Amino acid sequence: MSNKLGRTAAICGIGATEFSKDSGRSEMKLAVEAVSAAIDDAGLTPSDVDGMVTYSTDNNPDVEIARNVGIGGLRHFSRVHYGGGAACGTIALATMAVATGAADVVVCYRAFNERSGRRFGAGVQDLPNAATAERAQFSYTSSQGLLTPASWVAMVARRYMHLYGATSEDFGRVAVAMRKHAATNPAAWFYNQPITLEEHQQSRWIVDPLHLFDCCQESDGAQAIIVTTPERARDLKQKPVMIDAVAQGAGKDQWTMTSFYRDDIAQLPEMKIVADELWSSSGLTPADIQTAVLYDHFSPYVLMQLEEFGFCKRGEAKDFIKNGNIELGGDLPLNTHGGQLGEAYIHGMNGIAEGVRQVRGTSVNQIPRVEHVLVSAGTGVPTSGLILGVDR
Amino acid sequence: MAITREGMTVSQTQQETDADKKAFYEQLQGFVGLQIGPPQPAPDEVNIPMIRHLVEAVGDENPIYLDEAAAKASRHGEVVAPPTMLQAWVMHGITPRSNEGDGPYEQMNRLLFSKGFTSVVATNCEQVYDRYVKPGDRLSMTTTIDSISEEKTTGLGTGHFVTTRQDYWDADGNRVGSMLFRIIRFRPAAKSKPKPPRPAPATTHDNSWWFDALKDGTLLIQRCKGCGELRNPPHPMCASCRSMEWDSIEAKGTGSIHSYVVTHYPVVPSFDYPLPILLVDLDEGVRMVMNPIDATPEDLQIGRKVTIEVHKCDPDLSLPFARLAK
Repeated sequence: MSNKLGRTAAICGIGATEFSKDSGRSEMKLAVEAVSAAIDDAGLTPSDVDGMVTYSTDNNPDVEIARNVGIGGLRHFSRVHYGGGAACGTIALATMAVATGAADVVVCYRAFNERSGRRFGAGVQDLPNAATAERAQFSYTSSQGLLTPASWVAMVARRYMHLYGATSEDFGRVAVAMRKHAATNPAAWFYNQPITLEEHQQSRWIVDPLHLFDCCQESDGAQAIIVTTPERARDLKQKPVMIDAVAQGAGKDQWTMTSFYRDDIAQLPEMKIVADELWSSSGLTPADIQTAVLYDHFSPYVLMQLEEFGFCKRGEAKDFIKNGNIELGGDLPLNTHGGQLGEAYIHGMNGIAEGVRQVRGTSVNQIPRVEHVLVSAGTGVPTSGLILGVDR
Repeated sequence: MAITREGMTVSQTQQETDADKKAFYEQLQGFVGLQIGPPQPAPDEVNIPMIRHLVEAVGDENPIYLDEAAAKASRHGEVVAPPTMLQAWVMHGITPRSNEGDGPYEQMNRLLFSKGFTSVVATNCEQVYDRYVKPGDRLSMTTTIDSISEEKTTGLGTGHFVTTRQDYWDADGNRVGSMLFRIIRFRPAAKSKPKPPRPAPATTHDNSWWFDALKDGTLLIQRCKGCGELRNPPHPMCASCRSMEWDSIEAKGTGSIHSYVVTHYPVVPSFDYPLPILLVDLDEGVRMVMNPIDATPEDLQIGRKVTIEVHKCDPDLSLPFARLAK
């Protein structure tokens, strides 16, 4: 049985700060700027907002933002765990709140200085130890030097290469596509800075088999997204963007980034759960998707997601992405904003915003005749995904 | 003016240190000009065989050192010794002389040792020649402390340069040459900082037994007492039968590489880079992350057999390591 969340809510507003490497201001200030911009984008007033959802890893409490922006009382507030896996999860909780009447207008947000402040690429190396199950998840990898997201992903990527014959150049084709899309997006950090496959191959090792250009950026910035009922969305400033499906997923024998003990580590069963839920609850298939935003903190996971969502068979993503198939003009342009490799790493929230723009028809790299956009969240962790669509 | 937590100004602290150094330097200057011990006589007079040994060894073909006729035709009028042999005439074999006196040199050294300047390296040597010496000359040498520098810091460490002057005399008491010989007596620079310990595992009631066994050199695998299933990493309940009763077996110590990475960045000071890390399938059917021993990244290959050894990494941490099978 699939969930009944599809088309019970819509996205009516998006707002963001600029994306940078040093915002020069507090994470809190970034958060209120993005939330305020999203409220303006929607044509709402702060007092219309009665729900807020963010990541458990966000440092900016909802009530603090509400107090700053002039949002009144809240009827729903919740947080989603697992880092970037929470991205579409915030929309899932907002949708549940809106669908059940727990709230009418829910702001989802993520704000951080994760380049100029504590760098996310540091992984767990600088986190305090504690006798908790949460920290003990890293007890079997940290002492060996497997401390960073890149190193955790690399372990899976090597196995994937071994099983399916994917190469570093295949990972590079993802990076080249993302940078190509970022090159024409003025909001992207790597605006006007495309790379070649050769440059990818020559970029330094971070964790072999991952080169520098396989790893997403660390960014400062904030993104907010507002969810409300379809009825209300139709009365607001922007063309409503329907949430055709939304789902969360955690796989069997799931660990946070280190699911190394499954029979087959070169799969993303958590994303398969999300994929099955999205397709079955919406009745859509991969053929109905004109463009997708697949979470690209590390390029190998883009290949594996294409397989989990059924765009190609297992192990065949390396063939699917060849000949510019995931670039503008290809069969399935991915991450038309440049992704987190090219635009910015805002923990997946900026990808949802790009999905909204594609449905609205306002992306700088607009795909023609967009009906449905697939968006996924963090890979290697319990995760989430959604399908956005035009209102009919 | 900056005030430290102890209430002493920073510049005062600086002045006191400098004052200490100045007083010590002045104490050292008391040794300058003092002669070290009595004159040392050369064991042999200047002679042709020793000259021959030297010029043959260094390949010096100047005829004035051995050829009487050529020497006679030169401005010397007779055979002379190579000037650079000056020091050689007074040298005493390879067995050091017992020299445990209590002269100025020993006193100076004790003073230097008291400040930790216990190491020594010869830095340079300059010779000056007053006249050529010739076969038959019988030389002697006196040694004087010529100068002691202020405290200096070099790549070796911090210390004082000590220069001695050796004067060489003939039997008539005329000086034939002298030599300035410079050493540095220094406090060795602190060794580069020892590696910090590896990141410690978070231990809980559920996993501390496993790490404790490693400390005793034993690699254990948790075993469900309900259904016998092996599991790793440790956790409290069997996912197959939900039994919370468990014991453990000792791993055989054999397995193969399931996957691996070579980390280059970021550099964590506990480790050497590039740092290879393996995901190992133990033959018992469980999986563990471990570092290889005596392996380069090029040796790594998925499927390659390994044997597993437990080694102590830090005082409170022992881990399994994988040695690649031949």
